[in-house]
Amino acid sequence: MSNLTATAPSETVVTPKAEKTHRELRAFNGLAHLALIFWALVTAGPLLWVVLASFKSNTEIFLGEPFALPSTFSLETYLSAWDQAHIGQYFLNSVLVVVISTAGTMLFGSMAAYVLARYSFFGNRFLYYLFVSGLAFPTFMALGPLFHILKNMGLLNSYLGLILVYIAYSLPFTVFFLAAFFKTLPHEIDEAATVDGASHTRKFFQIMMPMAKSGLVSITIFNIVGQWNQYLLPLVIMQGQGAEEKWVLTQGIANISTQAGYHAEWSTLFAALTLSILPMIVVYAIFQRQIQAGLTAGAVK
Amino acid sequence: MRHGKYPFIIGFLAVPVALYATFVVAAYVQTFQLSLTSWSGFGVIKYVGFDNFVKLWEDELFWKSLRHNAYLLFLLPILTIALALVFAFLLNVGGGTKGGVTRGVWGSKFYRVIFFFPQLMALAIVAVIFGRVFSSDKSGMLNGLFPDSWSPWLFLADERWALTCILAVLVWQAVGFYVVLFSAGMGSIGEEIYEAAALDGATRVTLFFRITLPLLWNTIQTGWVYLGIAAFDAFALVNIMTVDRGGPDGATSVLAMMIYRNTFEYSQVGYASALGVVLFFLTLTFAALTLRVTRRDAV
Repeated sequence: MSNLTATAPSETVVTPKAEKTHRELRAFNGLAHLALIFWALVTAGPLLWVVLASFKSNTEIFLGEPFALPSTFSLETYLSAWDQAHIGQYFLNSVLVVVISTAGTMLFGSMAAYVLARYSFFGNRFLYYLFVSGLAFPTFMALGPLFHILKNMGLLNSYLGLILVYIAYSLPFTVFFLAAFFKTLPHEIDEAATVDGASHTRKFFQIMMPMAKSGLVSITIFNIVGQWNQYLLPLVIMQGQGAEEKWVLTQGIANISTQAGYHAEWSTLFAALTLSILPMIVVYAIFQRQIQAGLTAGAVK
Repeated sequence: MRHGKYPFIIGFLAVPVALYATFVVAAYVQTFQLSLTSWSGFGVIKYVGFDNFVKLWEDELFWKSLRHNAYLLFLLPILTIALALVFAFLLNVGGGTKGGVTRGVWGSKFYRVIFFFPQLMALAIVAVIFGRVFSSDKSGMLNGLFPDSWSPWLFLADERWALTCILAVLVWQAVGFYVVLFSAGMGSIGEEIYEAAALDGATRVTLFFRITLPLLWNTIQTGWVYLGIAAFDAFALVNIMTVDRGGPDGATSVLAMMIYRNTFEYSQVGYASALGVVLFFLTLTFAALTLRVTRRDAV
């Protein structure tokens, strides 16, 4: 009798009406589940299909039974994706770049946000709005100038260049978000620390950073995901002689996809895709709450 | 007590401001400057006034790309938000009331986890996957699912449908994010409001339109702006998925793709910068308009 609400006792008395709502509720619930299952299939279907196809031979792929099980399960395609298609290399490149650039983004972003949020000085508002205005500019409108700035500095086709650019382009949102966060922290503790003789720098690292932990975690996740998924910036920066070895995962996959078209090595492509999605699924399964919170944090603010 | 305040401030700001000024501010300022030149990317920079903008006005591909961006701009937010609202509502309120408590349907946590996952994937990887899903022979997931008697659908190779395929992929990726976002919003709507409405005999449909929707308005508005900005991009999908990168015959060309090709393939940095400037004002106008038109008094 789930239709009977404690707050609507009148319905318990009028039985025919209760019957009717009960039936309606069941129908509604049924439809709700149908709709939700449908979308779950639409979401997971293509991913499952990729995993299945990674074990199939070319002939099997072209048979046209996308969700049929492969005739054999062998890891051969995975070995060739890891080795010959260099997925392993691209993966490590991505890890290297994102670890350093996210660490840098968080360090410099929180330093700037802290100073802008809690110290008054001439030019404070100007710098704050300069950072925040970066949110309004689409990244790809300045591709040409960005390319030439890096070229003139000799940073083209180098990890250093890519990392610095990642940091620079992540700063607007990081500063915007963390400045709002640092503003909400209580001033009493701040003052007590000053009375006790703590320096500004020490106050930041030993008092403010720990207090801002929840905000820092959200925005760190946001930046890791954003930088890991970046495609346009590496495409612009990692070009030239010997760039292939330095490509990050997104670039590598896109290239394997083009190559697979020429050589008809579809199963290798599917294995490469599986290898690049699998770690995300594992990480997501463990940290899904934090990840959802981190990615939606920006929109809730 | 305020001893050493300025050295500290400068010390903390120096690196972030320098990085930001070098790679972001300088690049954007130069875009505006270069939009008035005929620079190819090499050699001397020659100023040509507003020539690039005149050329752009007469460029058929520009108008075509703009129409494609407008198509995405209109449909991506509408479809994504509508689907996400329905799913979020089903997940949170769909279960009806028990003992005066409004519940979500059974398994709502599970659905939320699945729906959200595509948001974590790089658009580039999503593009590669869907490039295969939409393959125009039997190796494609969709053509493989269709009965054998059907002749294969062309999808991305069909001028009429290629852009719709791009739209579908963008919606596919975005819905889960907004389901989670709207769910959080719905969770914060007080239980007693739903109870009061249920007491007044409101049906679920009424609940949705009279309570959930108005109270979520701010979140929806933010979502609209985000999705609109995503619709101005779509570069990764067009570059990776489509025939001839923007084809067939320009049927999926978007402004971002034009900027990329003019910069790196046609050596027309000046023209690309003019496109960038136009894009900037379009984005800004869109964001300002959305925030203004959809503004409502607090409920």
